[in-house]
Amino acid sequence: MTKGQAISLQKNDGGSLTAVRMGLGWQAAPRRGLFGSRTREIDLDASAVLFADKQPVDVVFFRHLVSDDGSVRHTGDNLVGGVGQGGDDEAILVDLGRIPVHIDQIVFTVNSFTGQTFQEVQNAFCRLVDETNGQELARYTLAGGGAYTAQIMAKVHRVGAGWNMTALGTPANGRTFQDLMPAILPAL
Amino acid sequence: MTAELVRGQNHPLSQARLEIRVSAGTPVVAAATLGDENGRAQSVEWVAHPGAPVLPGLEVSRQAAANHRLAVDLDAMPAAVHRVNVLLALPMGVGGPVSFGSAAVPFVAVTGLDGTEVATYTITSLDAESAVVALELYRRQGAWKVRAVGQGYAGGLAELLGDQGLPQAHQLATTINDAVVEGLARSVPAPPPRTPEGDRSRQTATSALGPDQSGSPYGTQGGATGPYPAGAPGTQGAGGPYAGTQGAGSPYSGSQGAAGCPDGTSPTDPSATQPASPAAPASGGPIDYSHPRRQNGAPPPPPPTAPPAQPGQPARPVAGDATGWSMEERLYNQVWGMFEDLARSTAAYRSAVDFADTRLERELDQVLSDPRSRIGGQGDAAREAAQAKHVQLVDQAREALERDLAQLTAEADVVEPALPVAYARWDNPAWHAYRVPMEMPMALRLGDLQLPESDPLRIPMLVRLPLERGLWIDSGRTAASDGSFVDSHELRHLAMESAVAHTARLLAVHPADEFTVHVIDPAGSGAQALAPLVRTGVLATPPTAGAAGVADVLARLTQRVDLVQMAVRGGAADSLPPGFDTSQQLLLVNDFPHGFDDRAVNQLRYLADEGPAVGVHLMMVADREDSSAYGPLLDPLWRGLLRLTPVPEDHLADPWVGHAWTYEPPLVPHGSQVLEQVLAQVAAARAKYR
Repeated sequence: MTKGQAISLQKNDGGSLTAVRMGLGWQAAPRRGLFGSRTREIDLDASAVLFADKQPVDVVFFRHLVSDDGSVRHTGDNLVGGVGQGGDDEAILVDLGRIPVHIDQIVFTVNSFTGQTFQEVQNAFCRLVDETNGQELARYTLAGGGAYTAQIMAKVHRVGAGWNMTALGTPANGRTFQDLMPAILPAL
Repeated sequence: MTAELVRGQNHPLSQARLEIRVSAGTPVVAAATLGDENGRAQSVEWVAHPGAPVLPGLEVSRQAAANHRLAVDLDAMPAAVHRVNVLLALPMGVGGPVSFGSAAVPFVAVTGLDGTEVATYTITSLDAESAVVALELYRRQGAWKVRAVGQGYAGGLAELLGDQGLPQAHQLATTINDAVVEGLARSVPAPPPRTPEGDRSRQTATSALGPDQSGSPYGTQGGATGPYPAGAPGTQGAGGPYAGTQGAGSPYSGSQGAAGCPDGTSPTDPSATQPASPAAPASGGPIDYSHPRRQNGAPPPPPPTAPPAQPGQPARPVAGDATGWSMEERLYNQVWGMFEDLARSTAAYRSAVDFADTRLERELDQVLSDPRSRIGGQGDAAREAAQAKHVQLVDQAREALERDLAQLTAEADVVEPALPVAYARWDNPAWHAYRVPMEMPMALRLGDLQLPESDPLRIPMLVRLPLERGLWIDSGRTAASDGSFVDSHELRHLAMESAVAHTARLLAVHPADEFTVHVIDPAGSGAQALAPLVRTGVLATPPTAGAAGVADVLARLTQRVDLVQMAVRGGAADSLPPGFDTSQQLLLVNDFPHGFDDRAVNQLRYLADEGPAVGVHLMMVADREDSSAYGPLLDPLWRGLLRLTPVPEDHLADPWVGHAWTYEPPLVPHGSQVLEQVLAQVAAARAKYR
């Protein structure tokens, strides 16, 4: 999946998805030099912002793990990454059927809380998984090397009765999702 | 006292008529061999097994099941019999596990006819064995004893029987297995639940299947009292103490699809009451990770799960559809799950409606501020469009909420009747079948919670026991949510009545000797409300009146808290004075601060802060205004107590979203005698205990 590409979350058989998971995984880049074995801890945080008509209504991040309505759940903060070695280090579960009717877009973001840029992160990816059967619907590799600390990954938005996902991949800078708001708004 | 036996340990048996209960995670064959003084079975007639289930003084069930009840009458044993070996074996050729190592750990209990456990034994450390001698009942100097044996045989039943001295062991093992396979073919798929209540509700269910089940293999499980006539209401009373619990006449067992057991110890397998649904997945995983001693008797049976839903339809709810070690814990978790779901669904609805309102306002503002809208009908059209959008969104939100509410209501309809007494409303029939429990429950129902959107759905308000903080029944003037005027005198009386109902419930759900209630009623104004407690004699001492009495009670409880704290900190819990009453204490205070001097107030605050950790609990019936002379000094006391009201009021917040929930006190139905009946039983049990 590349920037700007949109995929529909309708299943092939016509039924729509009921639950999706946005997974985020990364590994810290080993530092070369005298203490080469020492890796620096990198804390990436996944957040989901719920929008109603372009206004933020609720946010799910490491300090608010469940949206008030219970439809979006964060599995918890991972401070170091690399736990899954290819699996998800942080995940946000979205129960599409339970999202309040006025919410029409959900934007997923990744921030580097510890301030390292993505140049220092290895194998960072963000993926969308059909939670009911574990099938990967879309995978977006964080194009490493950029000198920025955040990325607006993707948005899931209502189209008719179903949902679509659009990959955004917009780089930005910020410590938490609040710093990203100006960068998110043009993407809505 | 139940003796938890370890391998090789023995325990005397004081009764001759016993039941041996077996629970395993998977269907097993239960059999018994009789032995002479040398421990040998003299012939195949000395073996009770599914093909020949009845011997003098001994009866086993006719087929393999995950739960068994074997009836034993030691007095009826022939004189030549010196030993009774209770065997368990895995049936062969039926697709189940082939060794005990891959099945859940079996558990056996020797119980009296009234269901009280004499000795229990969890058969751990089995591996490749497919047959095991679980227990041995043996004569020693004219008296019978039980020993935990746990001897397994990798060669199965044949090897086991051969070891008992039977030359025809192989032939007999084949006979037994054939009888079992035949029995399995006849039976309904699910194993019978363990306790008698479950057994009965199951009987109802099986009889509902059709008359051909009358030869049901469970017919022999009635033990010494004889087979229960399937589904006949007359079975109530046959087996003793459980009579009258969810029996054959239970309104739930047939219709609701999930007849829970009021004591919460035994889940009813859903497939038993829903014959049309496919069988529940086979119980027990390949490996049992559970700690054998941390179980409540039996390895946890698989939770009842909702049958697969029709496409496009939500699954039909089932009571106990949550995680937990016991049915009680599952129901507790399920109720909290319903609480959270309702809070969140309502949050979604409110948030959508709020958004619709703000959007409407904004759009109307825009229309007003746009000069073009003043010309012609444009403004009106825009206004109408905004209104229509608003209505549409609110309707959608309402629809989503209705969908969730319908699901939760359906769940509440099956969960509520299945609740054990500690969780049940006073009008639940479980209370009419009340018996003094052997164990403290996990939690207690303090009332009902609801939101305006969710009416008439009520969520039970369950709090964990022992209470972590005191209760404050507010007798002060409150904004009664129904708007009706309740005068101050009446409110005080209602508060006291409500406190008495809470106290009675606390007394009822604790074992007879484990909960003591002290009452301080300085002016005697609560005498009328306290009458049920006083009359039945469940109080430790009559209600205390006057300042001297207040000081005395507080001094004693303060000293107690101090003593226990010292003992706990010093790690010397056994150095408490002899005769020290170890039960939980509840102090019910009416009319605070009447009769309290400064010293007493301080002692009360000390009890409120330090008491709960050492089993001294506080229940205050008070109007905060009465103690306004103390100024803000008492604010921490009030904040530290859980405030309840005698009339419905919206003052409780949920932990997730913080809605204001309307609390409704648990009222005893008008004219019902259930409170007095329950207290009478409590009083009788306490009298017996002393």
